[in-house]
Amino acid sequence: MNRIWTVFQREYISRVKKKSFLLATILTPLVFPAIIAGMVYFVVADKKKSQQEVVKVLDESGKIRPESNSKYLYEFIEGDLEEAKTAFRESKDFALIYIPEFTLEKPDGFMYYSRQNPSLSTVSDFEKDFENIIREIKLETYQVDREVLEKLKTSVVLRTVNLSDEGEKESSAGIAYGIGYAGGFLIYILIFVYGGIVMQGVIEEKSSKIVEIIVSSVRPFQLMLGKVLGIASVGITQFLIWAVLLNIFWFLAIVVLGVNLGDGGMEAANAMSGSQEGLDDLGSDPRVMNIMNAIAGINFLKIGLLFIFYFFGGYLLYGALFAAVGAAVDSPSEAQQFMFPITIPIIASIFGLFFVLEDPNSSLAFWLSIIPLSSPVVMMGRLGFGVPTWELILSMVLLVGGFFFTIWVAGRIYRVGILMQGSKVNYKVLAKWFMTKM
Amino acid sequence: MELALEAKNITKHYTKHTALDDVSIQIPKGCILGLLGPNGAGKTTFIRIVNQIINPDLGAIRIFGESLAPKHIEWIGYLPEERGLYKKMKVGDQLLFLARLKGLPSKEAKVKIKYWMERFEVQGWWHKKVEDLSKGMAQKIQFISTVMHDPKLIILDEPFSGFDPINANLIRDEILRLRDNGATILFSTHRMESVEELCDQIVLIHQSKIMLEGEKTEIKSRYRSHTYVIESTDKISKLPGGFEIIKEVPLNGIAQFETHIKGGEGVSTNEVLQTIIKETEVISFREKLPTINDIFISIAGTNHE
Repeated sequence: MNRIWTVFQREYISRVKKKSFLLATILTPLVFPAIIAGMVYFVVADKKKSQQEVVKVLDESGKIRPESNSKYLYEFIEGDLEEAKTAFRESKDFALIYIPEFTLEKPDGFMYYSRQNPSLSTVSDFEKDFENIIREIKLETYQVDREVLEKLKTSVVLRTVNLSDEGEKESSAGIAYGIGYAGGFLIYILIFVYGGIVMQGVIEEKSSKIVEIIVSSVRPFQLMLGKVLGIASVGITQFLIWAVLLNIFWFLAIVVLGVNLGDGGMEAANAMSGSQEGLDDLGSDPRVMNIMNAIAGINFLKIGLLFIFYFFGGYLLYGALFAAVGAAVDSPSEAQQFMFPITIPIIASIFGLFFVLEDPNSSLAFWLSIIPLSSPVVMMGRLGFGVPTWELILSMVLLVGGFFFTIWVAGRIYRVGILMQGSKVNYKVLAKWFMTKM
Repeated sequence: MELALEAKNITKHYTKHTALDDVSIQIPKGCILGLLGPNGAGKTTFIRIVNQIINPDLGAIRIFGESLAPKHIEWIGYLPEERGLYKKMKVGDQLLFLARLKGLPSKEAKVKIKYWMERFEVQGWWHKKVEDLSKGMAQKIQFISTVMHDPKLIILDEPFSGFDPINANLIRDEILRLRDNGATILFSTHRMESVEELCDQIVLIHQSKIMLEGEKTEIKSRYRSHTYVIESTDKISKLPGGFEIIKEVPLNGIAQFETHIKGGEGVSTNEVLQTIIKETEVISFREKLPTINDIFISIAGTNHE
């Protein structure tokens, strides 16, 4: 036990002390928003820069006269379609639209010609425009009163409420989806990142040849366990730093917004913190009300703790396997051949997550969140929607059992592998190592 | 005689071959035992078993009278053949880590490490990273890591492979000093001639079996071949009965000839001298003792190299 602790300390301290750890911890929360901001910037800049494109319209029906806007300049032409096509080919026009004679009830035969494949949104924009024009014509033709039509528009918002063991609380599918997506995806990425670090560490010990000195003092299993746990603690340290940073940013944002926006900002801030006064003002919009209540109804502490549990469990389960792969090879490039069986279940669980988010109560969701290989990622996806307690407990117990099992299997491969230098390894050899009596 | 290590009937099979076949070795306390044999003879397997890295299929080991158990790793200092250090770690931190794995408390470990660093004149290296050290410097650190916790039994696997001559001499002197201070030393090598002068005891292992064991001087006299080498100014033509010339080599110094002669049991070398001093001036006369390598070849029947 004492020696596991010594290994644990070395793994933890040597990593946390590194400059790269500090940089990654501080930069990661900045880099992703920066990348997204950069992309948004380019999209916006593109939109601003874009010139009005010329769209030729050959309208044989004489009914469609779309108005030019900032994006498209419509030029109406007459004559034969073939001639128009030829002219279009030689021109620099953006598109050519052909509208034949059509009946209001069943408009068809509209054509869109362009040099490149148009994007989905371009096509649907034009379609929507034409639909609106035809709708206007229909309103006229059928003599529908516009005012009556406006009154027919109805908006119904369902306030969704969970009736669970914990009592009555508001829920929001959107927020549950967001939590599930973020949590599941984060665990997926972290398993790969920290699993990779474990593998790297084992390969380093093996290739620097220090491992034989170490295993003369520590059982290989203790070395593996100390390493895996030490690196996990590096990860958890990183989360805690992020949590603190996030709270600081949150606080700063509220303070800065509050000062800049005056009363409105304060109200928003109040609403965020859930005070009744703030909610009353915004209460006129049931959607905002619903989201606010839903956020207030989420037990972030519980989700946070479960996140750490599932990260830890999933990481231990896969981390041990990554360690076994590291022990089997002499260099990272050789590791590739053994990565396949590890990456397949992780990637399968991220695909599973997308299905589960669509239908969190399906039997697929149940099984994927129970099986230890996929439960860390998939259960995060279900948490926001509410999971029956017994399912959660079953999943957690199986995950604990699962990582004990993989650590045992990996340990048997690891103890032989770390002492093998330069031997050619395949799956048959791994099986033999597993069976070897030391 | 107190035994530092007693291995009884150790057998270890791997899937395709037997690494050790009923091997028994006794190491008296306070001596240097050379475990000699060609590559693949089973030396490293034996050493790994003593270090409890692997377990024997059969047999038992006692260390200073106690049955070998995990707590005994504190008594052993081990320098493996495949040795290295964490490249990115500082020398001091690294030694501290290894000392703590051997069960030393941090405070005590620091004192011991400082002592050894001073002894090897590397006291300024505590904050150096291993990757910045030369190979010779790293070797010193590896040796310190083997002996810093005052082990009663020091196991060195091919200690001189890869060491430069200066370090090799330093380590050799250190090994002798440690022995004189009461440590027991087991070292293995396949280069028998290079270390035979260091050993008190020898175990010769070949194809998983012990071929020869005992005190070095006793073994050498047992395999004495009664061969003598004479350096002289003139060619030797006459010898007393029972002696024959087996080889003649011309030389270019004061001595012009080197003559190898072979006698037998019970014949006196003084007779030889009396005969030859009449015809030539004898520059030197010595008995040619067999090297361990010669003995090995005479036993195994083949040259292993």
